[in-house]
Amino acid sequence: MMNNVVEVEGLTVERGGRTVLPDLSVVVPAGQVVGLLGPSGSGKSTLIRTVVGVQVVAGGTVRVLGEPAGSPDLRHRVGYVTQDPSVYDDLSVRANVRYFAAMLDAPRSSADDAIAAVDLTDHADALVGRLSGGQRSRVSLAAALVGDPELLVLDEPTVGLDPVLRRDLWGLFKRLAAQGRSLLVSSHVMDEAARCDRLLLLREGRVLADATLPDLLQRTGADDAEGAFLALIDRAEEAAR
Amino acid sequence: MNVHRTLLTAGRVLAQLRADHRTIALMLVVPCVLIGLLAWIFQDTPVFDGLGAPLLGVFPFVVMFIVTSVATLRERTSGTLERLLTTPMGKGDFMLGYALAFGVMAVLQALVATAFAVWVCGLDVAGPLWQLVVVAVLDALLGSALGLLASGFARTEFQAVQFMPAFVLPQFLLCGLIVARDRLPDLLRPVSDVLPLSYAVDAMKVVTTSAAPGGDVLGDAVVILGWVVASLVLGSLTLRRRTP
Repeated sequence: MMNNVVEVEGLTVERGGRTVLPDLSVVVPAGQVVGLLGPSGSGKSTLIRTVVGVQVVAGGTVRVLGEPAGSPDLRHRVGYVTQDPSVYDDLSVRANVRYFAAMLDAPRSSADDAIAAVDLTDHADALVGRLSGGQRSRVSLAAALVGDPELLVLDEPTVGLDPVLRRDLWGLFKRLAAQGRSLLVSSHVMDEAARCDRLLLLREGRVLADATLPDLLQRTGADDAEGAFLALIDRAEEAAR
Repeated sequence: MNVHRTLLTAGRVLAQLRADHRTIALMLVVPCVLIGLLAWIFQDTPVFDGLGAPLLGVFPFVVMFIVTSVATLRERTSGTLERLLTTPMGKGDFMLGYALAFGVMAVLQALVATAFAVWVCGLDVAGPLWQLVVVAVLDALLGSALGLLASGFARTEFQAVQFMPAFVLPQFLLCGLIVARDRLPDLLRPVSDVLPLSYAVDAMKVVTTSAAPGGDVLGDAVVILGWVVASLVLGSLTLRRRTP
């Protein structure tokens, strides 16, 4: 079993004439829930898009599950959940998940399991357009889970969810990791740091920290992830002076 | 390319359409209303017999162009296309799936519009009726394929809708309905010879005026089909797995 599911080296990405990621190097270890945390605009989504292979990159290498990001072999093995739910509003939950199951060559029966995993069995026949925002993002998650990916990459999956649902989803992520899957989950909500096995703190396209939460708290003397994040920014700015 | 994925994509697009009753009604009713109006304004004159059939090819072409370009643009802006392109699905599966789904709608539309033109409006057709239907289906398919291609160049809904006049109206002006193609200015004649709608209109004319139109219609049909295939191939080239 490989140690790292994602290995990024010297990655440079430019979007709209602006360098979003300048020379970024980072690894994501296997079998864990790794939180990609940072304020909006820090480059989280760009890094995630690069890992799933939909981002045009200006330089550097990105290897995912031992292959170059975006290679055809990875299309079965990496599940991608975009920030805005990318599912069909005019189809039912079940029709959506079954369609994505078919595109991923997953058995038809796996659709109902994926719907159950995101706790939408009661809404399986409802049109996605009629669901709440939180429910729609869970349909989007089910559409990725249905392919039984080795690596699941999720861009802000818990935005706008109520606390109970957020807890349930993080519980699901933990269970998936316990089954041997790897997860890269982005969030701009710092208190979600406590739910991750490991943290990547990103700011202005640079990695501020790559550690576990206890390590981070010890190193900065802060009480929580937000405090640690601020302490690291202060230190970096002092060092720059 | 994968037949299973292509068919399921077509099924999915049709399921989406089925949920939208008003769009289906518009696709089936609008060509009939236009043909009905045309028959009405030219009542007691022979004009409808000359103009009705070509327009029976043009109206489905226009309707399908708009519907398809907006449908695929929606797929791009909603992020579902980006997601699909991270799955094993091929670009050809996507394009053909759409073409098949709208092909089914084209058959329905052509059947309804032709039946209405012939049996309600009294359009005189010298050739076999089935050929009229086949050409109408081809014209609608051509609209879909060009719509798929055009949507590749549209970033917003406003742009997509305006591609209709940009792609369709010049073809309409040059297709021989307003000025016969052999009387077009020298520079425009070769342009008209290349554009697919010229062949669509030509085929419709031939079927309505000639009792045994077989060969001529076949020639036109081949050109139209060639354009359909070329548009689908070009359209699939506008699908990018990686975007900036």
